Amino acid sequence: MATLTINGERYELDVPDNMPLLWVIRDVVGLKGTKFGCGMSQCGACTVHLNGTAIRSCVTPVSAASGEITTIEAMADDPVGSKVQQAWLDLGVAQCGYCQGGQIMNATALLKRTPNPETGEIVDAMAGNLCRCGTYNRILAAIERASGKEGEA
Amino acid sequence: MSADDNLMIANVSRRRFLMGLAGGSALVLAARWDVALAGNEKAQFGAGAMPGGWVDDPNVFIHIDADGLVTIVNNRSEMGQGIRTSLVMVGADELGADWDQVRVEQAEGDHDKYGNQNTDGSRSMRHWYQPMRRAAAAARQMLEQAAANEWGVPVSEVQAGVHTIVHTPSGKELGFGELAAKARELDVPGRNALVLKRDDELRFVGKETGLINGELKSAYPKAIDGEDIVTGKAVYGADVPFEDLLYAVIARPPVYGATVGDFDDTEALKVPGVEKVLKVEGTGQPAGFSPLGGIAVVASNTWAAMEGRKALKIDWNLEPAGDNASYTSATYRESLEKAAQQPGKVVRQHGDLDTALENADKRVSATYYMPHMAQATMEPPVATVRIKDGKAEVWAPVQNPQATRDTVAGRLGLDAETVTVHVTLLGGGFGRKSKPDFAIEAASIAEAFKGRPVRLQWSREDDIHHAYYHAVSVDYLEAGLDNNGQATGWLHRTLSPSIGSLFAPDPKHKGEFELGMGFNTMPFSVPALRLENPHAPAHVRIGWFRSVYNLPHAWAIQSFAHEMAVAAGKDHRDYVLDLLGPDREIHNLTVGDGWNYGEDPDLYPIDIGRMRNVIERVTKEADWGKSTGKNRGLGLAFHHSFVSYTAIVFDVEVDDQGELTIHRADIAFDCGPQANPERIRSQLEGAIVMGIGIALQSEVTFEDGVAQQGNFDKYLIPRMPDAPKTLRVHLVDNPDEAMGGVGEPGLPPVAPALCNAIYAATGKRIRRLPVGDQLKA
Repeated sequence: MATLTINGERYELDVPDNMPLLWVIRDVVGLKGTKFGCGMSQCGACTVHLNGTAIRSCVTPVSAASGEITTIEAMADDPVGSKVQQAWLDLGVAQCGYCQGGQIMNATALLKRTPNPETGEIVDAMAGNLCRCGTYNRILAAIERASGKEGEA
Repeated sequence: MSADDNLMIANVSRRRFLMGLAGGSALVLAARWDVALAGNEKAQFGAGAMPGGWVDDPNVFIHIDADGLVTIVNNRSEMGQGIRTSLVMVGADELGADWDQVRVEQAEGDHDKYGNQNTDGSRSMRHWYQPMRRAAAAARQMLEQAAANEWGVPVSEVQAGVHTIVHTPSGKELGFGELAAKARELDVPGRNALVLKRDDELRFVGKETGLINGELKSAYPKAIDGEDIVTGKAVYGADVPFEDLLYAVIARPPVYGATVGDFDDTEALKVPGVEKVLKVEGTGQPAGFSPLGGIAVVASNTWAAMEGRKALKIDWNLEPAGDNASYTSATYRESLEKAAQQPGKVVRQHGDLDTALENADKRVSATYYMPHMAQATMEPPVATVRIKDGKAEVWAPVQNPQATRDTVAGRLGLDAETVTVHVTLLGGGFGRKSKPDFAIEAASIAEAFKGRPVRLQWSREDDIHHAYYHAVSVDYLEAGLDNNGQATGWLHRTLSPSIGSLFAPDPKHKGEFELGMGFNTMPFSVPALRLENPHAPAHVRIGWFRSVYNLPHAWAIQSFAHEMAVAAGKDHRDYVLDLLGPDREIHNLTVGDGWNYGEDPDLYPIDIGRMRNVIERVTKEADWGKSTGKNRGLGLAFHHSFVSYTAIVFDVEVDDQGELTIHRADIAFDCGPQANPERIRSQLEGAIVMGIGIALQSEVTFEDGVAQQGNFDKYLIPRMPDAPKTLRVHLVDNPDEAMGGVGEPGLPPVAPALCNAIYAATGKRIRRLPVGDQLKA
C-alpha cells in the first residue's frame, strides 16, 4: 500500500513498493502526461517533480516518492511552469511533442532553482532530456525567454 | 447537440446515396478525373498514383456547425512534422475561416474515403495541398452561393471575409454558422467552377511567422496541438483511456527468424498483476509487417507485464533463423568492403570509364561505411486493440493507417471494413511507424481477450533490439582527374541490404526506389561514369528510416566530392559547382531511374540550377572562405531528395584532445512553394540535429544475430550539448516550382557536411560512421 500526493491530491494505492512511480502515475492513477521513453533514466520523458526537484519517475520506486509529486498536468497552475509553457508555445518548440512534458518539467525545476541561468547552465541541466525530433535549439531559446533573457538561439 | 446540428456544409446526398449502394471507391474514382488537374495528381504520378489516391470532396474534409465551428479533417498522421496544423491551415485559409474557430478531426484509417494516408516519403503537403485547397474553395463557394440566395443578389456581389460572407455593395454580412444549413442544400461546384484564392488573398499560406533563426518575428497561427502538448493533455499511442485495459509485452526471438522452442511461464505467472502468458505466432522470413512471434505476458499494468516477462524462461530455436544467427557486424562490414572491390550489377553507365581511369593524371578512391541505425522514436511502438462482436478497433500511433487496417484484418481473418483504426498522435515516426507490426501483435493478443482492450507496449530495448533497421552500407568510389583536377571518370559501387528483403526472398540488390534515392540520380557531370550495385544480403529486418537510402548515398558521394576537390587542390565549393556542370534539367529516365519519388519527371526534373542556387546561398550565408583559425573549419554538402534541394555548411572546431564543437550550421533549402514556412524551418532544424547523431553517435551492431545496443546508454542520439551553438535555416523562395518534400530532404547532407568540416578543421578524413572516438585516436 502506498500513500502518494500528486498535484495536491492524496492517493491510497494498492501497489508493490518497488513499482516505479512512472507506472503508478500512468497506469494506476491515470495521469498520462508523464511519458515512458527508456525505463532507465536515460531520456527524461518521465520527469516529474518530487518536492520541487526534477526526478526520473521511471527509476523511482513508489516507496521512495514520499512528499509532493507534481506532474506536467499541474504546470499550468505553477507560476514558473506556466511561464515555461508559454515560452514553448511562443517559439513553437514542439514537433512530435512526446518528450516535451519532461523537458518542461526539467526546465521548470531549473528555473526555480536558478531563475537566471547562463546558457551553459541550461545546456548542462537539460542534457539528460532527449528529443529525437531535435528541438534543442528552440528548447534553449524558450528557457532563456522564460527566464526573461530574450536570447539568441 | 444533435447529429443534425453538426451540419455537413453541403449535401451531396445523391453521391453519398450512390456511394452507399455501390460501396464507394469506384464511383469516387470515376468522379476524380473530370477536370484538368495539377500535374502531380495525374493518375500515374504523385498523389494520383498512391493507393487510395486523393480526394477533394468538401463533404469529406470540411464540416461547419450552426455555431460556426469549422472542423477540418486531417487525413495524414501527425508525427511532429506539423501536418495537423499546416494542412488544416491550408484549408482554413482557402475557406476564409477564423483560426480560433477551427478545430481538427483526425481521420480514421480509410483510404477509400480519405484518399491516401500513408504518411511517408515527405508527401503529405506535396500531395494534399491542392486537394485541400479545392475542398475548401468548394465549401467557400457554397457558402457564398447560400448567402447570395439569402439576399437575392448575384453571387458575383458576395465574397468571403473572415468567417463571414459579405455582400460587397451593401456591406451586409452573414456568419459561416448562419449559412451552413443553407449551404449544405447546394450542389458541390464542379472543379472547373472552383476559383482558388490569389496568393495576395491568403492569410496563412506561405507566410513567414514564428521563430526565424533565433529571433521571434511574429506570432504564427496557434499550433493545433501546441497547448495540449505543453500541458500534458495530448494523446499519444499509450494515452487513450480505457476502463478495463489489459497491458501486454512480448518476449521476441533475439535473432531474426528464430522461433519459440520450449518455454516455462511458472515464475512469470507468480508476478503480482500478471494474468496470462500466451504464445504469439510469427510468420517467419520475410517478416514484412508481421509479428516476429514470441511469448506475450498480459497483466493489469505495464510494469507487471514487464516484470513477468523478465521471469519467463524461453529456449529459442535458432534453426529457422539460418545464417542470421551468425550475423556479426564487423565481419559483415569486411565482406561488403571486399565485395566492393569487385564489379557488380551495372545500373547506369556512360563513356569509357576504364580508359578514363587508366589515362587519369590522378586517381582518387575511398570506401565509406554507414552502420545500421534504429529510428528510436521517443515514443516506443505501442498499440491498443479491442475485438468485440466480430469487429476490431485499433488505437495506435501509425504512419500508415490503411496498412494497419488491412494487416490487422488479415491477421484476424476479418474484412477490413470491420476494422477501425484510430490514429493517435505519434511520438515520432521516422519510418518506424510505417510498419504496423506492433498493431498486429496487439491484435493477436487481444484475440485471447475478446471484448477487452489490450495495449501492447514496446520497451526501449524491444525497440532497438527489434527495429526495422536502416540498412548498413558500404560505398566504394573511384575517380580519375585530369591535370587540371577535373573529373574524367567516376566509379561508384553501392552495397546495402534491400528493404525488398522484408517482403520477398532477399533480392540482395537495391530496388529501383532505393537506387533512385541519390545513387543513379547523382547529379555530377562526368565524361565517363559507371554505377554498380553488387550483392548485399539482409540478416535483420531492413526498413525505412527518415531519408532512407539517401543517407548512405549522400554521405559517400558528398564526402568523395570533397576528397576529389582536396586531391585537385581546389576550393570545395568551386570544385563541386564545376562538377555539377551547366544548369540543366535532368530527366530521371535518362539516368536509369524510373521512380523519381513517384512524381512526374516533367514537373520534377533534377534541376541543376536549383541545386547550384542552394549551394551558393548556403555558402554565402555561412561566409564560406572566411578565415577560421587553427583547429576550425567549414564543411559543405548538398543533396537532392524527395524532389527538394538542400545544401548545408557546418562550422566546427576540434581541440587538441579531439573534442568537437559545432559552432554553427547553416542550411539552405528549396522545396518550391512553402505552405507553412514556420514548420519547414522546424523540420530542417530537427534534421540538422538528427543528422549530427547519424554522423557522430548512432550505431546498432550485431553479434551472432543479436543487437548489441538496447537503450540510450549505448545507442546514442544527440542531446542538447550536441546541437549546434547556432543553427540557421535559409529558405529559398521559389513559388513557381512544383511543391517538394520537407520532412526528409534536410537530413542526407548533414553527415557529409559535418565530416567535411572535421576534415577542414583537422585534416582527418572520416570514412566510417559514426565518428565516435575517431577524433581522439
